[in-house]
Amino acid sequence: MSGAAERIRSDWRSVGERWRRAPKWMRWAVLAAVVLFFYALPNKEFYQYLGPIPTTGSNFGQVLFTVSIYVLLAVGLNIVVGFAGLLDLGYFGFFAVGAYTVAVLTSPSSDLKTHWPWLAVVPLAVALTMISGISLGTPTLRLRGDYLAIVTLGFAEMIRIAATSSTFLKGQRGFNQIPHPPGEYADGKPVFGVLDARPYYWLVLTLIILVVFGVRNLTRSRVGRAWVSIREDEDAAQLMGVPTFKFKLWAFAAGAAIGGLAGALYAGKVNFVNSQNFELLNSIIILAAVILGGSGNIVGAIVGGGLVAYLIERFRGIELFGWELYEFRFLFFGVVLVVMMIFRPEGLIPNRRRAAEFKDRRKEVSVGG
Amino acid sequence: MDFNGLFSNFGELTTTGLTQGAIYALVALGYTLVYGVLKLINFAHSEVFIAGAFAAIWTWSALGLNQDSVVNGVGSIIMYLGVAMVVAALASAVTASVIERVAYRPLRKRNAPPLAFLITAIGASIAISELFGIWTDRRPEGVPNLISIKPLFTIAGTPIRPIELLIVGSALVMMVGLDIFINRTRFGRGIRAVAQDPNTAALMGVNKDRIILLVFIAGGAMAGVAGLLYDIRIGALSYSVGFLLGLKAFTAAVLGGIGNLRGALLGGLLLGLVENYASGLIGSQWKDFAAFAVLVVLLMFRPTGLLGESLGRARA
Repeated sequence: MSGAAERIRSDWRSVGERWRRAPKWMRWAVLAAVVLFFYALPNKEFYQYLGPIPTTGSNFGQVLFTVSIYVLLAVGLNIVVGFAGLLDLGYFGFFAVGAYTVAVLTSPSSDLKTHWPWLAVVPLAVALTMISGISLGTPTLRLRGDYLAIVTLGFAEMIRIAATSSTFLKGQRGFNQIPHPPGEYADGKPVFGVLDARPYYWLVLTLIILVVFGVRNLTRSRVGRAWVSIREDEDAAQLMGVPTFKFKLWAFAAGAAIGGLAGALYAGKVNFVNSQNFELLNSIIILAAVILGGSGNIVGAIVGGGLVAYLIERFRGIELFGWELYEFRFLFFGVVLVVMMIFRPEGLIPNRRRAAEFKDRRKEVSVGG
Repeated sequence: MDFNGLFSNFGELTTTGLTQGAIYALVALGYTLVYGVLKLINFAHSEVFIAGAFAAIWTWSALGLNQDSVVNGVGSIIMYLGVAMVVAALASAVTASVIERVAYRPLRKRNAPPLAFLITAIGASIAISELFGIWTDRRPEGVPNLISIKPLFTIAGTPIRPIELLIVGSALVMMVGLDIFINRTRFGRGIRAVAQDPNTAALMGVNKDRIILLVFIAGGAMAGVAGLLYDIRIGALSYSVGFLLGLKAFTAAVLGGIGNLRGALLGGLLLGLVENYASGLIGSQWKDFAAFAVLVVLLMFRPTGLLGESLGRARA
């Protein structure tokens, strides 16, 4: 390890140290400032002073909405991968279940013709994804590691194929005119319109804050401790009396519910859902985002999800030597993943306990290796 | 459910299933070999396959063939196929060993956790696939008509085409060769030793890094040949087909019992058949659905696949 890299590493650590030692009121103040910043971000009056941060190729509010959906998904997947240590490669499948539940029950082009309002369907969508998470988890969570990974991947593919091929789910033609969230301004104009993406972003941002609050409390409870014990050593946890299967199922269900919520929000925003929205690459991008940010740490997952989604969009509309950079976005993404895992496998902002595990592992170099 | 469709096309579905399954099996071998030795899902293996498939097409175009040319004469067909097969196997083997050297070896030196390997594999896979996408302008490339699709003979009313014989035949030959290589040679003994217990093998004087490189090269060569067979079967190649094919091949490896060479063969052929019977029964758009459904159901009852995991224990 070169001196500079080591110095950056230790500087970074001391930032974390100082944060933990800061008095409580100061931490709350910083947090409030950060939250305020993100609420203000989509306003042109504010972001025009931010230099290169706003995207050039597309509407910034739109981009922020996409980013916020990714952040919500990353927070959800972090429960499954980061806390419980279950490798889920098909997380986007739950997003699809949520979006399709909303689409089928609200869209006029659906065969059911129920025309329910968006708000009434959201809790239903969350509940349904939770049930689908449990019904996927019940048979598969007895499998370990890599087998679980491939089964979840298969599950997401099955959902995608069902969406493409079944006549009930409309395939590529999709569902249109999915209603927006309710709400009107004083002058009668709807809050959640077609052109302005900002209200949707604020809605998702608010929900992210609520979800993060819930998840944080959950991880500091008995449930969270059970998850971490399963992640670190499942056999030992079982021996100590932790009902591992039950808690794994819980992690799966909680993660799925958040994925479903994200799907329902997405459907309410774009008001059109078809099978092309659910490519497998998305599952992988979110998993990579969680690991890049630092799995097992909520802040890490948020930063990872936000950064990955934002950078992919940031490439749009930039030209370099006559090449459209957007064309290269996934190439860069792949290379960054490889480089990152070599130099900082614990992620950008790792969980403290996880970072310690990584440091330990690095010391036990195997024979002849 | 269209049982009539299934029974009237049973022979045809079986031959297609076996041909497709043979290609899955060849790619599955690469997953199984790497998994058996490193306990790692080498996600980038699908791109190793694509590298071979493109190498074959580019070899043909370097030899002056394009997608409209028709080659006559058995001698020249064999020549074109042979040259392309060698180049494809080489290209894939080189790609696989570059991935191992650049991406995986640094992680092994640091004793990184399994998740880091997986993410690296995914990153390498995306990067290589995008490289091919940018290189080919994201357009599919055509394959010359090397082998006629006229039936050679019929078995019980089912026409057998030379292309199907070639694919199944060369896949079987490759697999028997690999089986002998793993079970009968000195290098194979090294591979089995490292698969059983890497540290003890290293203490006994096995060069672990060289064995791992060898595993990637062997799996890569198989995938390269599979790439060529895919080309002549489908007749066109797009940079993005590797992902689904790799996923299917991995599914095949898991079906048979990952880490088990004969399991990969069994799993590949089985997956090919299941897919095609399902497409006869419920429509071809559902065939991938059926493949994954079989995987999920099988893993519930036999969590380590049909034949179990056992590269290390095979002929101990």
